[in-house]
Amino acid sequence: MIKTVVVMGATSAIATAILRQLVGADAYRVVLLGRRPEPLQLLKQDLLIRGAKIAEMIVSDMGDSRGAGLIVQEVLSHVTTIDILLISYGELGHIDARTNARETDRLLQVNFTSTAALLSGFLPLFENQRHGHIVVISSVAGDRGRQSNYIYGAAKGGLSVFLEGLRHHCFRFGVHVLTVKPGFISTPMTAHLPKGVLWSTPEAIAPLIINAIFSNQSEIYVPGFWRWIMGGVRLLPEWLFHRSRL
Amino acid sequence: MWTSWGKIQHIDLPKVPFSPSVLNSSGDHLAIGNLRSYGDSCLINPGTAISMLNYDFFLEWNSQSGRLRVCGGVLLADILQRCVPDGWFLPVVPGTKFVTVGGAIANDIHGKNQHKVGNFGHFVLELELLRSDGEAIKCSPNQNASLFYATIGGLGLTGIILNACVQMIPIRSSMIDTEIVRFNGLHEFFELSANSLNDDYSVAWIDCVTQSHGRAQARGHYIRGRHAQSGTLVSHSIGHRRNVPFEFPGFMLNRATIGFFNTVYYHRQFFKKRSLTQHYDPFFYPLDSVLNWNRIYGKRGLYQYQCVIPLGGRKALQEILDCISVSGQASFLSVLKTFGTIPSLGMLSFPTEGITLCLDFANRGQSTLALFDRLDDILRQVGGRLYPAKDSRMSSLDFKTGYPQWQSFLQYKDPSITSCFWKRVMGYTPPKMKPGPDAFPNRSGHL
Ligand SMILES: Cc1cc2nc3c(=O)[nH]c(=O)nc-3n(C[C@H](O)[C@H](O)[C@H](O)COP(=O)(O)OP(=O)(O)OC[C@H]3O[C@@H](n4cnc5c(N)ncnc54)[C@H](O)[C@@H]3O)c2cc1C
Ligand SMILES: NC(=O)c1ccc[n+]([C@@H]2O[C@H](COP(=O)([O-])OP(=O)(O)OC[C@H]3O[C@@H](n4cnc5c(N)ncnc54)[C@H](OP(=O)(O)O)[C@@H]3O)[C@@H](O)[C@H]2O)c1
Repeated sequence: MIKTVVVMGATSAIATAILRQLVGADAYRVVLLGRRPEPLQLLKQDLLIRGAKIAEMIVSDMGDSRGAGLIVQEVLSHVTTIDILLISYGELGHIDARTNARETDRLLQVNFTSTAALLSGFLPLFENQRHGHIVVISSVAGDRGRQSNYIYGAAKGGLSVFLEGLRHHCFRFGVHVLTVKPGFISTPMTAHLPKGVLWSTPEAIAPLIINAIFSNQSEIYVPGFWRWIMGGVRLLPEWLFHRSRL
Repeated sequence: MWTSWGKIQHIDLPKVPFSPSVLNSSGDHLAIGNLRSYGDSCLINPGTAISMLNYDFFLEWNSQSGRLRVCGGVLLADILQRCVPDGWFLPVVPGTKFVTVGGAIANDIHGKNQHKVGNFGHFVLELELLRSDGEAIKCSPNQNASLFYATIGGLGLTGIILNACVQMIPIRSSMIDTEIVRFNGLHEFFELSANSLNDDYSVAWIDCVTQSHGRAQARGHYIRGRHAQSGTLVSHSIGHRRNVPFEFPGFMLNRATIGFFNTVYYHRQFFKKRSLTQHYDPFFYPLDSVLNWNRIYGKRGLYQYQCVIPLGGRKALQEILDCISVSGQASFLSVLKTFGTIPSLGMLSFPTEGITLCLDFANRGQSTLALFDRLDDILRQVGGRLYPAKDSRMSSLDFKTGYPQWQSFLQYKDPSITSCFWKRVMGYTPPKMKPGPDAFPNRSGHL
């Protein structure tokens, strides 16, 4: 039986690593969504060679929430069931957005509103088919608002809460919702940042995420030690937290 | 902060992921692969280091003809993962599978089968090169041939290798029939070499520490292998880390510990000859099972010294071994390999008929560099040369003498691409440094 996986933001390094491991291990039909046709085309061909049974691509701008309805329609014109829906697009943004109303609005759109809209658009399908995995890449940044990137953090925090509610709702439909919270991962998104010992790679975290999908976990920190780091960050008392530059 | 495999020189500028417009920015550029080169050929400062690792797509795979087209950032490990189950193997592999196709071409890498088949470049059917003028040029032995031969072994300086078509070789099994023979002294090594010309793969591990009568004893293990004719086709497992057969002393690499290690390793094999059939993974990549093994050399890093001594230089080889063993600086992992008669294709390719010797040295500063200078003196007399992929200190003069085609190479070099290595061997002096007394002041002085 060929399983169908639909990926929003397929060109993301994390999504690419997950897809490669999936198609290398089992029979999949992949439906890839992204903004830019050339890298999407490369990935499509790559996945076919690495074992995907069928690969299709849909060029669309998921970051704009006004388009969510159309995107859902377009995907549903390709597939009738979805075994795994993976949402992995996102944008870190620049700290200057702090004083820029439009940029703040845009970052919240890209990282939260648009994803929430898409998830609502796909919900009827999952309610009907009564199975499937909804996997969304959120972030440890959503665990506590910090001066260094609280707009992105707020979006991811909102997303995590949304997913928590969605998971609650989906439980009685037998649909699994997984919130993935990566820590520092070396990908194009973070290429400009200085790297240290806390950094991991998409190839290293992909198997952890895949394992969490098939064991129906609710929330996963990748790598796992981030659960403890963020636990610590959340527990910091305000007087200490405010003196930090986190 | 990042660095190459030897960890000698560190770069404090961010790496930039590859994108098609990446060469448009001002200043110097250099495409880098998985940074498995030991020295500074994969470093640039100042300038933009373009990491190719995110450009790692398979483009075409024909399991009938064994032709594979992949992007420059694809790792050899990923190719084996995909192609071995179909009955195809990489034509040439180095001592680690974690190098990119771009890196393999840029250094025209050689493997344990160099004596039989040549280098990686001999199996590149075509490649596509992105130049800083925005043009993407297809090159092959039939099309833009000179640019092709400049790019094979071209140290990444002719442009970004976007993708390449490689001819794989057929195998019937993922196992390697291996034979390990103990030898004592160079004469035995040469005898074994002469008798092993028909083996697909051959290499020798040599003890460069132990002396007898004031000379290097030159004992070791000669390892030869061929693809098994029947069996299963399974690629290496990912994530699974085996134990190395011996324990590295994690602290203090000194003459005593290394000498002890070498003696134990030598006698590990009790019989003169031993045969076994093993998977390609431990046969080709024994070191890959230890992640970041270069860390055992500590913060100061390590040098690798790899030279090729042309035919007829046997005496020089013994002299070099003597010099190393007297210095007491050698470490484990000294390797000897015979290069065959097939001429290398690249203008700056390293392999040439003769013997290649390759050893690791913990960085002990001036004393290590002084030893290399003495080795260079011996090498120079027999017309040998050093491998740029492993180098971070050869002199400009030695490079230019060892690679006489460097001048014709210049016309194919991309004007907006350079590397720390290239500036060094071209005789560029960093602005703040006082010029030395000779014409090529960089000689080990850049450190
Ligand atoms: C344990 C170990 C064993 C080894 N054994 C061998 C061996 O047996 N034989 C051998 O020949 N070598 C050997 N090497 C050296 C290694 O194979 C080479 O240094 C190889 O080139 C490294 O590839 P890389 O992808 O890490 O490239 P890097 O080291 O990052 O770069 C190497 C060169 O390739 C260029 N380059 C990389 N990608 C591109 C691209 N897409 N376009 C243009 N230029 C590019 C860089 O500019 C640089 O000049 C060994 C290294 C290690 C660590
Ligand atoms: N890397 C980390 O350290 C880290 C940590 C925590 C969470 N995450 C999350 O992990 C997910 C994957 O990111 P990654 O690390 O794999 O980075 P990446 O490789 O840079 O991928 C980012 C993806 O998001 C898409 N994207 C960016 N901005 C967009 C926009 N405005 N509209 C639509 N799509 C947009 C990109 O599409 P294009 O290819 O078209 O640019 C790309 O597919 C993201 O949600 C990110 O927030 C990453």
